[in-house]
Amino acid sequence: MALLSRSRYTQEYICQIFSHCCKLQHWHSCGFKSLPQPLLCANGPDHQTILFNHGAVQSIAHLLVSASYKVRMQALKCFSVLAFENPQVSMTLVNVSVDGELLPQIFVKMLQRDKPIEMQLTSAKCLTSMCRAGAIRTDDPCIVLKTLPCLVRMCSKERLLEERVEGAETLAYLIETDVELQRIASITDHLIVMLADYFKYPSSVSAITDIKRLDHDLKHAHELRQAAFKLYASLGANDEDIRKKIIETENMMDRIVNGLSESSIKVRLAAVRCLHSLSRSVQQLRTSFQDHAVWKPLMKVLQNAPNEILVVASSTLCNLLLEFSPSKEPILESGAIELLCSLTQSENLALRVNGIWALMNMAFQAEQKIKSDILRGLSTEQLFQLLSDSDVNVLMKTLGLLRNLLSTRPHIDHIMSTHGKQIMQAVTLILEGEHNIEVKEQTLCILANIADGTTAKELIMTNDDILQKIKYYMSHSNAKLQLAAMFCISNLIWNEEEGSQERQDKLRDMGIVDILHKLSQSSDPNLCDKAKTALQQYLA
Amino acid sequence: MSFPSCVIIFVFCLCTLVGLQITSVGRGRGGTDSLSQKLHSENKGKTTELVVQGLSLVAVQGCHGKNHKDAASVRATHPIPAACGIYYFEVKIVSKGRDGYMGIGLSAQGVNMNRLPGWDKHSYGYHGDDGHSFCSSGTGQPYGPTFTTGDVIGCCVNLINNTCFYTKNGHSLGIAFTDLPSNLYPTVGLQTPGEIVDANFGQQPFVFDIEDYMREWRAKIQSTIKRFPIGDRLGEWQAMLQNMVSSYLVHHGYCSTATAFARVTDTTIQEEQTSIKNRQRIQKLVLAGRVGEAIEATQQLYPGLLEHNPNLLFMLKCRQFVEMVNGTDSEVRCFSARSPRSQDSYPGSPSLSPRHGSSNSHIHSTGADSPTCSNGVMSTKSKQSHSKYPALSSSSSSSSSSSPSSVNYSESNSTDSTKSQQHSSTSNQETSDSEMEMEAEHYPNGVLENSSTRIMNGTYKHEEILQTDESSMEDSCPQRQLCGGNHAATERMIQFGRELQILSEQLCREYGKNTVHKKMLQDAFSLLAYSDPWNCPVGQQLDPIQREPVCAALNSAILESQNLPKQPPLMLALGQASECLRLMARVGLGSCSFARVDDYLH
Repeated sequence: MALLSRSRYTQEYICQIFSHCCKLQHWHSCGFKSLPQPLLCANGPDHQTILFNHGAVQSIAHLLVSASYKVRMQALKCFSVLAFENPQVSMTLVNVSVDGELLPQIFVKMLQRDKPIEMQLTSAKCLTSMCRAGAIRTDDPCIVLKTLPCLVRMCSKERLLEERVEGAETLAYLIETDVELQRIASITDHLIVMLADYFKYPSSVSAITDIKRLDHDLKHAHELRQAAFKLYASLGANDEDIRKKIIETENMMDRIVNGLSESSIKVRLAAVRCLHSLSRSVQQLRTSFQDHAVWKPLMKVLQNAPNEILVVASSTLCNLLLEFSPSKEPILESGAIELLCSLTQSENLALRVNGIWALMNMAFQAEQKIKSDILRGLSTEQLFQLLSDSDVNVLMKTLGLLRNLLSTRPHIDHIMSTHGKQIMQAVTLILEGEHNIEVKEQTLCILANIADGTTAKELIMTNDDILQKIKYYMSHSNAKLQLAAMFCISNLIWNEEEGSQERQDKLRDMGIVDILHKLSQSSDPNLCDKAKTALQQYLA
Repeated sequence: MSFPSCVIIFVFCLCTLVGLQITSVGRGRGGTDSLSQKLHSENKGKTTELVVQGLSLVAVQGCHGKNHKDAASVRATHPIPAACGIYYFEVKIVSKGRDGYMGIGLSAQGVNMNRLPGWDKHSYGYHGDDGHSFCSSGTGQPYGPTFTTGDVIGCCVNLINNTCFYTKNGHSLGIAFTDLPSNLYPTVGLQTPGEIVDANFGQQPFVFDIEDYMREWRAKIQSTIKRFPIGDRLGEWQAMLQNMVSSYLVHHGYCSTATAFARVTDTTIQEEQTSIKNRQRIQKLVLAGRVGEAIEATQQLYPGLLEHNPNLLFMLKCRQFVEMVNGTDSEVRCFSARSPRSQDSYPGSPSLSPRHGSSNSHIHSTGADSPTCSNGVMSTKSKQSHSKYPALSSSSSSSSSSSPSSVNYSESNSTDSTKSQQHSSTSNQETSDSEMEMEAEHYPNGVLENSSTRIMNGTYKHEEILQTDESSMEDSCPQRQLCGGNHAATERMIQFGRELQILSEQLCREYGKNTVHKKMLQDAFSLLAYSDPWNCPVGQQLDPIQREPVCAALNSAILESQNLPKQPPLMLALGQASECLRLMARVGLGSCSFARVDDYLH
């Protein structure tokens, strides 16, 4: 650090060294993140932090205005790796100034179109990091009108293959979470069409004419494809129109399908990400996904894939299993239940969530055989395991699965006849435990479903413990829980059903009618209505 | 025959009230070339009434917008000049009206204005309702997003590669058209009632960063020039460059520099040393305003030269007359109490550093109709001359050994030295009046031809000579007087003028009428019509800078007589490059706007 005030060669080389020691870390650890859980390995930002704590930002900042191009460039590179996914560094950079000019302004100047490409690209990376760290707003002109267009230009055919890869990856990262930036990027310079060119390497021309070029193309072909997939994934993350445009790009679905079976893990991962992003579209699920039998290669990817691919692939599968998806059926037939059940046992939280989530989607309005298969595949032990999972997401989805399983009367009675005891046990457990409102509400809804069964009702009526809990929630301070409890009661006292008189009597004895009277005076119209309807059952 | 039922009226914007002629800056040449641009319509349909006022456009009444014929377009007053390189304008959608069927684009002259741009041949447009681009066709291609109220749509024509792209709210939408023809007009078309747009040709800042785009192209063109392949004859290339430098040095008489250069580069100089030195001496005399001596020296060293070049001789004599008025020619100088320094006080080796920069800027500013010679570099430094005086005198050379008040005149070759007499300024006035009368007989007033057919071999700026010369003049004689204020000198001058007149008439008899001569003579004699010739409409002749073309012509003639090129190849190449750029501009090659000879001269 002390050497930074020496000659310009010293400055140049020191910056280079700094960049490299950070770089080694960050490419290994961070890569591209679009998933909820961080993939950071422990010593990732260590070098960044060490340099930061030693005042590297201030020392290197003044080199950005050095007379020597090489020094300027190396200093810039240094910042791009220092700031990469490092909010601490990024937040500091916005306020640093050199010769009265703030660093973002200096970076923007380095983005100018007559500057060397390397400089434009690297300063765009700095600004991207700062934006993702929240140091610069996503609607700041320096992002919207400078950084984003610059990165789109880097994707153009005129740029070198390396530059195109880096440009696309950086842009994917910049726009990943902001729908407005996604929209702007999608209309800029025909980016979506431009990216299609990334799949044309090695070109047929290069194979014949030039061995050297073929070699070069081959070397970058994988990188280009994965970069394009990543950028498509970011572009289509939120906006339905953009997804449509992407899928309408020439041979897009074929390319994704091919990408799913590529040998390179990087490409496969990116292709799955892209597919995942596009699978959020109801329309596409019904059309192009079906036309291209996307589920087939997807199921293949799910066999023996590394966790990072499994996470995205299973997440995609969740979408493909939605009830309106025509892929649902063939996926089931290809043994998805077994696969998903095994995912729920994974140590990886995201995989557990995705596994149970997919099962939940699968069970929605499914036929009885599927429901039985799910229950069998999962086993009651596993079900209890999931219900006691530390992660609330897993718990919620498991409850969701139970609720979906317990719908339509025959299914309810059937399942409760085989698993009634365990399920009642589980429900009691949850209602007694320390859980948030949503979890309790979901559990009460399960109870309401059980109460809708013909024979299953008795499992509740004979369980005083549960009845007391329902009564308790009818007077709970949270209206949602009150309402859910009311559903249970309604189903139990419904007139036209066999044995309704006995049930009504029992519940009256428990003091339920008094509570209903009280609730019929409630200021909450839903509660009020529901209570009045319930009371009418008594009058009839 | 159906006419569109659309009535389009231009309404005043607040900003356009300031002046009806909205002048906008053509964004091609970095704002140097301004292009007056406003919307304009030639639509003369019976039910279509177009009032052109300002830059705002509204579709109002009678617009059914049901079919394509209901549309109406307007276009700018001028086509986009190819020489601007990159052209850009923006249109703000103030209101999308009923259906927002708006088209923004380009069209050639003669294209049907009753349709949206893009639908007809030589017409190109981007339409707001579907976001499609229309390339001379009724069916559009998916191009970009739709646009509506509040959006700002930009249209950029790149005349270097003949493409066009649009922008929406400052974001580039990518190439829309390629292989565009030349001479297109910015065009806007509307179709349904209530549609309002404002055009911005640069009178307001653009939303899109067009400057940045231009920077990129400037850099591109410059790197193309830098990387231009010069073939595999690299060795010859080197030799050729050395020859060019060497010949340039020799041409201008930089004798010792040329010798040194030849020694280092191991090349040979074609011309002999003495010959170079002779030319150098003659040039110095002309540049010092001592034209009479220069003529004598030429006649002595190159006998027959001037006799074979009567035009050159006449030019020299005219200049000599001017210098007599100036008081610098030796024929009048000998009368003066002051006398020029001996020749020794001139800088030993002329440090004439030709300035090509300004001469080229001149070329850029001249229209194609000015009769500049095609293979040379023109120079008319008239505007710089007068403002230069104070600067030069203030920085006068300290090396001057002579004190202004007492200088010994050591070199006199005038035979009229005995005629020295004192004259009052009134007599001076009289003589000049009589001179006017005489002149009037031959040259009616008011005939001023602007043509110039001088051929020059580059331009000279002899600052050091000027400095010493001028400073001595200025110091000793704050108020410049005719012939240095000496009566005898004035008489000699008048006599010389008569001789010149006779020479002119003689030449006229021998070679026929020569308008150039006539003009030259007229200009020279006109000086006497003013009490202060230095501050009169023809006073610029007295500027020492005017000696340069004369000097160059003489130098060329001498070289030609020695069978040497009358122009140095370097200047030829430079002239060719400049001419090439002008030719490019004429035939519509846009890259010429980003490649300027000036950028490569320092």
